[in-house]
Amino acid sequence: MKKLSARRRHPLAAVVVLLLALAATGGLYAAFAPASKAQADETAQSLAIEEGKKLFAVGCASCHGTGGQGTSDGPSLVGVGAAAVDFQVGTGRMPAATSQGAQAPRKRVQYSQAEIDQLAAYVASLGAGPAIPTKEQYGAEGADIAKGGELFRTNCAQCHNFTGKGGALTRGKFAPTLEGVDPKHIYEAMQTGPQNMPSFPDTTMSEQNKKDIIAYLHAVDSSETENPGGLELGGLGPVTEGLFAWIFGLGALIAVAVWVAARTAKAKKS
Amino acid sequence: MSSQDIPEENLPAEQDHAHGAVSVADEKNPFADPGLPPHEHRIQDVDERAAKRSERVVALLFTVSMLATLGFIASYVAIPSDKSIFVFPIGHISAMNFALGLTLGTALFCIGAGAVHWARTLMSDVEVADERHPVAAAPDLRAKVHEDFKQGAKESAIGRRKLIRNTMLGALTLVPLSGLFLLRDLGPLPGTKLRHTLWSKGKLLVNMNTNEPLRPEDVAVGSLTFAKPEGLEEDDEEFQTEIAKAALMIVRLQPENIKDKRELEWSHEGIVAYSKICTHVGCPISLYEQQTHHVLCPCHQSTFDLSDGARVIFGPAGHALPQLRIGVNGEGYLEALGDFEEPVGPAFWERG
Repeated sequence: MKKLSARRRHPLAAVVVLLLALAATGGLYAAFAPASKAQADETAQSLAIEEGKKLFAVGCASCHGTGGQGTSDGPSLVGVGAAAVDFQVGTGRMPAATSQGAQAPRKRVQYSQAEIDQLAAYVASLGAGPAIPTKEQYGAEGADIAKGGELFRTNCAQCHNFTGKGGALTRGKFAPTLEGVDPKHIYEAMQTGPQNMPSFPDTTMSEQNKKDIIAYLHAVDSSETENPGGLELGGLGPVTEGLFAWIFGLGALIAVAVWVAARTAKAKKS
Repeated sequence: MSSQDIPEENLPAEQDHAHGAVSVADEKNPFADPGLPPHEHRIQDVDERAAKRSERVVALLFTVSMLATLGFIASYVAIPSDKSIFVFPIGHISAMNFALGLTLGTALFCIGAGAVHWARTLMSDVEVADERHPVAAAPDLRAKVHEDFKQGAKESAIGRRKLIRNTMLGALTLVPLSGLFLLRDLGPLPGTKLRHTLWSKGKLLVNMNTNEPLRPEDVAVGSLTFAKPEGLEEDDEEFQTEIAKAALMIVRLQPENIKDKRELEWSHEGIVAYSKICTHVGCPISLYEQQTHHVLCPCHQSTFDLSDGARVIFGPAGHALPQLRIGVNGEGYLEALGDFEEPVGPAFWERG
């Protein structure tokens, strides 16, 4: 202490004090920063809701009502949650071209992801509902593909076919193919049950179950799928396979039969 | 025109007499036998160089077959079974599958193609008429066989030693019985098995995803859940037999949307439990449309309305899906209040 005191008039003393003071201020800032950041988050959230409300009034309110309460042209959005908005708008199903027709098909996405998040924030503010899942929830880490296949065949395959190729329903409705669908959107669809698809909430199908199903779909129905059998003919089962066998298999047999029985070249034409 | 109306001399058997010789049409036989057309030589028959060429083609095909077989063995040994390659227009395919199929196919095809080419170009193609001979043997040969048989019967003393004859007949008669008795495995009759499932009063409804018993608050409106009876585990020996009858489909409707009075009575707060087995031919039926409350069978498009007692609204199914009466036990879990009141699945002869 005496040594330190003795050096208080050292030319570098002012620099040392300044550094210490700066470090202390920085430390204090660091200690208080999370609180102010949370505050910033909250304002960002209310800003997102405000922006989402404006977008909603322009793009959605004509069918779903100005407060999302629903009209004869579109269902109420109170309590559907952010996940439903992220799915419907993020896959281009909403805004729908018309409220008529069997179902709203997947099409080009109309909003940027930032706008979708704002819309989702607004709709989530109307009533509690499932939130947009995080990457940990739908990522492949810790997923059991075999269990996912079992769950898929129990819960999903009846409509979406055994490897997620999709299939027909009643009156022009159909279960779409799951190939090339973002894992996040698959997760949201299971959670929210878009259009005529039943929902599979966490209470009856756990988060781990959903993760397993998504991992299974990635293994059997994605661009990285390695199919040891080669040409899968759409993966639709006996219809395409039968057609292929009848046309190409029988065609080849007939061609060979014609060759076997054809007249051979003669030395002298009669 | 029946076969009796054809004059006998026009039957194929009669016409065969004229085979080989060119005959002319007359009153009795209106169809002249044109005989064989004059034989034309092939290029290979007259030109030895062409014949050599054909020989080389056949030999080449057989050689390719040999090489393909060696290729088959080599690919089986050399290619790792998990290697995947891209082949246009097939796409991604296991390298080993592709190589094995290609080489074995080539090996077999080239043997066939070589044999056909050999027969078409080098083997004799002169048509030869071969006359049929009578089926019956000559009379003296027939008499001799007859004699031999008689003598054999006499030497075996089958007529004299009645005990041997009778026991032999008995043994021969009984042998087919063992085949007949194997048919017993077609039975026994199912008895009342088709009328009962594992469900009974107090059995909990177990979620097939999580293997946990279901609570009413787990089942959301618009969701679809599959359940099995408590105590039935997937590694049980009888699991498939039992789940084929007991599989349950659980959905929740708004109670005011349920049109059928009995359905409402058998539900719990709008939760209804229906058999998952189609009443047409027994396919698992669960293409549930949550907005229309319709369930569609993927096999023959039978459609059932779950908001109206699972009545058939389309398709070949003969009767509504059986509903399981459910309630809640003291601990707040969903439980069955009995078995299905009618047999689940497709109709059968004695169903009534």
